[in-house]
Amino acid sequence: MSSFTGKVWKLGDDIDTDIIIPTEFLAMKSVDDMKKHAFHPLRPELAALIKPGDIIVAGKNFGCGSSREQAPEILAALKVGCVIAKSYARIFYRNAFNNGLMLLENDQLYDLCNEGDTLTVELEKGQVKLGERTFQVAAIPPDLLQMVQDGGLVATMRKRNKK
Amino acid sequence: MGMTIGEKILARASGKATVCPGEIVTAKVDYGMSNDGTTHLNIDIFEKKLKADKVFDADKVVFIVDHNIPAESYKSAEVHKKMRRFAQQHKLRFFEGTGVCHQIMLEEFVSPGQLIVGADSHTCSYGALGAFGTGVGSTDFTAVMKSGEIWLMVPETLRFNLHGQFKPGVTSRDLILKILGDIGANGAAYKVMEFGGPALENMTIDDRIVLCNMAVEAGAKSGLFEPDEHVVEYVKSRGREPVALFTSDPDARYEAVYEYDLGALEPMVAIPHSVDDVHPMTEYSDVKIDQGFIGSCNNGRIEALRLAAQILKGRKVHPYVKLLISPASNQVYLEALAEGLVDIFIESGAIMLNSNCSACWGSCQGVIGEGEVLLSTGTRNFKGRAGHPNSSVYLGSAASVAASAITGKITDPRGFLAHE
Repeated sequence: MSSFTGKVWKLGDDIDTDIIIPTEFLAMKSVDDMKKHAFHPLRPELAALIKPGDIIVAGKNFGCGSSREQAPEILAALKVGCVIAKSYARIFYRNAFNNGLMLLENDQLYDLCNEGDTLTVELEKGQVKLGERTFQVAAIPPDLLQMVQDGGLVATMRKRNKK
Repeated sequence: MGMTIGEKILARASGKATVCPGEIVTAKVDYGMSNDGTTHLNIDIFEKKLKADKVFDADKVVFIVDHNIPAESYKSAEVHKKMRRFAQQHKLRFFEGTGVCHQIMLEEFVSPGQLIVGADSHTCSYGALGAFGTGVGSTDFTAVMKSGEIWLMVPETLRFNLHGQFKPGVTSRDLILKILGDIGANGAAYKVMEFGGPALENMTIDDRIVLCNMAVEAGAKSGLFEPDEHVVEYVKSRGREPVALFTSDPDARYEAVYEYDLGALEPMVAIPHSVDDVHPMTEYSDVKIDQGFIGSCNNGRIEALRLAAQILKGRKVHPYVKLLISPASNQVYLEALAEGLVDIFIESGAIMLNSNCSACWGSCQGVIGEGEVLLSTGTRNFKGRAGHPNSSVYLGSAASVAASAITGKITDPRGFLAHE
């Protein structure tokens, strides 16, 4: 978990939560039904192509718009390794960690990587490697890292309660 | 160092004398609100994952069914059943079909000085009454339902000084679109947008709600006004008392200060598919529309309806355009009925809808098909927001939607008002 390699899917600026999971799919019974429709308005084929460990690279303000928690939930359910964006909308940011989805921030990588590239993420060092180049990302504090590894805030709370 | 109104509310809520931006506080919430867009998730987390048995305070948890009411599918009906069952079981404050959640909150619960957390991004609307409202997701909301508390980072504040007065046909809707165009869809990310200045004395509560409501479209954590005598009167007329009348100190710290002259504004339109792609309406006057929508937590209140009625009176909606009107709450609907506005709308050919989130969110009646164009007073124009992934949503004021519904294309409403 603290070090992994994944293939890049590249998206643009202001990817909103209606793009990540459109309204019409929100009342579906399970996240597994919903996840097939990830990014549907923008790239309907994408959800079927994303493989566990793949990395979404995006521009500024990823996750803007509605507070719907299904947005990070389906990305976690697709087993996206992490998202690396220039910046995030605040409600999405909390929701992502709360649901076990890792978010990293870097404003240079976006312009230098292409879809299909392979990235290696080393969380403890706060580094992302693209070929020979290394990009620094803000280190994730250990408790948030643990929360993502547990699968989200509720799992962490239950674990704490058991102790 | 002085504090802003937002900092003072968060200090009160966290039991501290002072707080400063960047500090993380654990705050007690005055109300938690959740609607049928996502409440089924909260209930599942609460019951199945957290295995909790009681909410922190049944009088402070409000469930409102407004997104898909009446249910458009059996899936939505199941969500409503679940909310109704949970609300009955825990004796929560429960509303079903009486209006858009934020309008209900403003009418029934919000008072100056409160901290309110909602499982909906437009919870930032409550700043119009001097309360700190902020949106969260289902997991955070479930933690609030259980504990009555939330950790929050104290945000930086952007100050917007408003001067002058709107010209006829120009409204606070045009102002917030203009601001979004200027600062961008993440121009206020994580921050508070604080509105003030000499224009305030001429700004109604409705005007203020319109501005605060769309603060989240710039990424803001909340939008806020200092509560004045209009706010105190509004709250008291509804049987409530202000919790605290905070104002920003003269030496409060702002990350940036912006000045806007209301008199210099013209009708604005946000074009597909981003809320910050904003232009003067006159530059898009050749765009044909298939549907108009007046309603939503942003622009479905009585003043918006009065303005639309002024334009639609004695005129007809274009034969190939549908104009949908959904008052923001049943209280607003009754006011519109009493004032004869609904007669004007129906005589013009408009379709009246019940008070709900309607065409703003693309899951009720009023969705649009492939290639269709909607001009809306809703909150967002994201790709596919109001129906088919390949459809287009433009955002404008109620006056603009009314004028455009008559001509069948995007139209500056000022021409219609000048001939009154």
